[in-house]
Amino acid sequence: MKILTQYIDVPGIETIDVYRKHGGYAAVEKALKTMSPDEVTEEVKKSGLRGRGGAGFPVGMKWSFLAKPEGVPRYLVCNADESEPGTFKDHYLMMKSPHTLIEGMIVSSYALGAKSSYIYVRGELMYVIHILEKAIQEAYNKGLLGKNILGSGYDLDLYVQPGGGAYICGEETALLESLEGKRGNPRNKPPFPAVKGLYQCPTVVNNVESIAATSWIVMNGGDEYAKIGIGRSTGSKLISVSGHVRKPGVYEIPLGITVEDFIFADEWCGGIRAGHKLKAVVAGGSSVPILPAELILKTTNGEKRLMTYESLSDGGFATGTMLGSGGFIVMDETTCIVHNTLTFGRFYHHESCGQCSPCREGTGWMDKILYRIEHGQGRQEDIDLLVDVSKKIEGNTICPLGDAAAWPVAAAIRHFRDEFEWHVKHPEKATQPGAVFMREGASWAV
Amino acid sequence: MKVTIDNITIDVEPGTTILQAARKIGPQVAPPAMCYYEPIKGSGGKCRACLVKVTAGSERDPRPMPKLVPSCITQVQDGMVVENTTNPQVLEARKGVVEFLLLNHPLDCPICDQAGECHLQDFAFEHGVSKTRTVEERNTFEPQDLGPYIQLHMNRCVLCYRCVYTADQVTDGRVHGVMHRGDHAEISTYIEKAIDNDFSGNVIDVCPVGALTDKTYRFKNRVWFTKPVDAHCSCDKCSGNVTLWYRGEEVIRVTARKNEWGEVKEFICNTCRFERKKTSDWVIEGPMKVARHSVISANKYGANAIKPAHPLKQAAEQYKQIDDTRDRSFLEPQKQLK
Ligand SMILES: Cc1cc2nc3c(=O)[nH]c(=O)nc-3n(C[C@H](O)[C@H](O)[C@H](O)COP(=O)(O)O)c2cc1C
Ligand code: SF4
Ligand code: SF4
Ligand code: FES
Repeated sequence: MKILTQYIDVPGIETIDVYRKHGGYAAVEKALKTMSPDEVTEEVKKSGLRGRGGAGFPVGMKWSFLAKPEGVPRYLVCNADESEPGTFKDHYLMMKSPHTLIEGMIVSSYALGAKSSYIYVRGELMYVIHILEKAIQEAYNKGLLGKNILGSGYDLDLYVQPGGGAYICGEETALLESLEGKRGNPRNKPPFPAVKGLYQCPTVVNNVESIAATSWIVMNGGDEYAKIGIGRSTGSKLISVSGHVRKPGVYEIPLGITVEDFIFADEWCGGIRAGHKLKAVVAGGSSVPILPAELILKTTNGEKRLMTYESLSDGGFATGTMLGSGGFIVMDETTCIVHNTLTFGRFYHHESCGQCSPCREGTGWMDKILYRIEHGQGRQEDIDLLVDVSKKIEGNTICPLGDAAAWPVAAAIRHFRDEFEWHVKHPEKATQPGAVFMREGASWAV
Repeated sequence: MKVTIDNITIDVEPGTTILQAARKIGPQVAPPAMCYYEPIKGSGGKCRACLVKVTAGSERDPRPMPKLVPSCITQVQDGMVVENTTNPQVLEARKGVVEFLLLNHPLDCPICDQAGECHLQDFAFEHGVSKTRTVEERNTFEPQDLGPYIQLHMNRCVLCYRCVYTADQVTDGRVHGVMHRGDHAEISTYIEKAIDNDFSGNVIDVCPVGALTDKTYRFKNRVWFTKPVDAHCSCDKCSGNVTLWYRGEEVIRVTARKNEWGEVKEFICNTCRFERKKTSDWVIEGPMKVARHSVISANKYGANAIKPAHPLKQAAEQYKQIDDTRDRSFLEPQKQLK
């Protein structure tokens, strides 16, 4: 079932004429001419669509929390900052089919009563910004944006804002600060953006994929969307796959397929690259806990793990992980987990905004310890120290970046402590180029 | 509104934060604050020194809050129950915050002008452990001259943002701010500009540590050898209410007056602070009220009358030696990492 990417490979789909030929902007027509804003919100609620930016918060519910005081503007802001290592789905969608996002923006803005909406795009993606701007101009020319859209009396201006060049600007309140022209520091919450967001006005921040899905929901109804998927994981999800699979790339999957199928079926990743075995997976972008092969394929109850929010988090952090943003990183037995953890640790160290002391100092500290261990200068006590530092960050910071930095380190040690110990005990072996610890009897052992 | 903090219940106005309520009860339950500064709007929420556990959200919804909350920016609800020093999770987190704040701190108290009136010293003494667990090298920065009056020692900065907000709110244009991110973030002026502004000196007073210091007072004395005296003058720029710090007959420093939480209530102008350094410039009101536990109270105004809060024996027992030997000897010299 393809909802967002059905026509993505049609030549010229980035132009408004080709996009319209394939049913594009019908949702705008339907919503603005035949539905009230509340009816649109109602359909999105019924769809069970959950935020695709990472946290998985129900989109309809978020919309219904939006404060609507008289005489105060409301804003919709699309979070297209996508900077999490392993996640590159929004980039793909906007680059190939910008009108899919713009259509969703119009429908969603209408539902929320926003008269100005913003797409905040990761600053490094300048060419995507140009693609979007061109598409927006086309939409203006066809009367789909601007004053009195399609004669409905609804006005909307849509702006693209290049991001500030920092991962942290993807955190919704940092994004709003940055959009206001300030340093991208996350705000303390409460107040939440739904009450005081952009310029202190009620604001909804949603991910590209969340917003893009709303047009299909308007066209086909929330109930139809909810039929796809399992339980509270409804609809389709874009998964960006990187690492040691035969066919890395962006896939739109119906939520609910098994992880095993997703990795090994030819329809999706096509299995691990020839001659190698699955060792570990980071299922939802670099901040979610890494899981070894046996735990990613099956839960501890012996059930096959599914690509759903619930199944992936089954077992909590002890044996589970999260669907997150859908950045699916697959590692085979040639991957050194310590090295991988250092790479992530270095990223969070580099990207912490530095406001709260636990995240600012803790990320740097963990990076330095991991660097020593990886380079053969670790001590046994460093491993427990890492876990303790990660615990002192987790939950004690302003924004979830602190947690995102703490979790990968704690999870790597939870599931691969033997690799860390091997680095500490056998530095001369561990520092050989390409050296990887092989756990005896592991499913990935060769 | 009734709120209970460490088993003590107090009635406060709606809109009061947990920290303000705790301060009303008294210093024994007031959480430490490294970034919050009541007179400065928008301050607080950053350092995480003041984290507390809310075990009951309110009368109406008595569920506990899942995470520790920053007490300086969390408003009380009627019937809220808070644990501060009575909660082991809070104490553990606070130990962590001290450790984090000292991780890259140079511990150069012996040559720091702030020593003796430094909030980080107090915080570390009360809430920290004495032995460091890190062996890593510190991140370091070069000291910077911010014009004729202010010296920045970035190594000592805890990035509380107080000076940034103060410059926004009490001067007529901020020319300094935070550059870069994370533990490589630094306070700086854009392209080494001088901070030159009638009220710029106040950033020195709000700085909880010795990162921003008064160049006219630099290395002149240790604060506990000076005699603070409240004084005023009629000034056309500010209230003229100040504290003069004497060494013998000489005024060696002028600061704004601080309350018992170390907060300036009336900011003063640079003329009062840097130019009026003669007794004849001022009307003397009398000795400044010094908190008993403060080292500043040592040897003052009839030392017989003021006994230190901690008798010597107790002080000796509580004495904490900070051991920050970062033993890197296990690293082979030829393999010392950068
Ligand atoms: C450090 C950090 C980075 C984030 N980056 C992104 C991002 O690039 N894109 C995104 O959609 N959400 C990102 N988020 C999540 C947003 O804060 C927010 O939850 C999301 O945009 C809400 O949209 P959704 O409900 O549609 O998922 C990030 C969160 C954190 C803490
Ligand atoms: S958790 Fe890290 S990134 Fe988030 S506000 Fe605190 S210092 Fe900044
Ligand atoms: S210089 Fe002082 S006041 Fe400014 S951020 Fe650093 S510690 Fe805070
Ligand atoms: S004083 Fe509350 S977080 Fe700093």
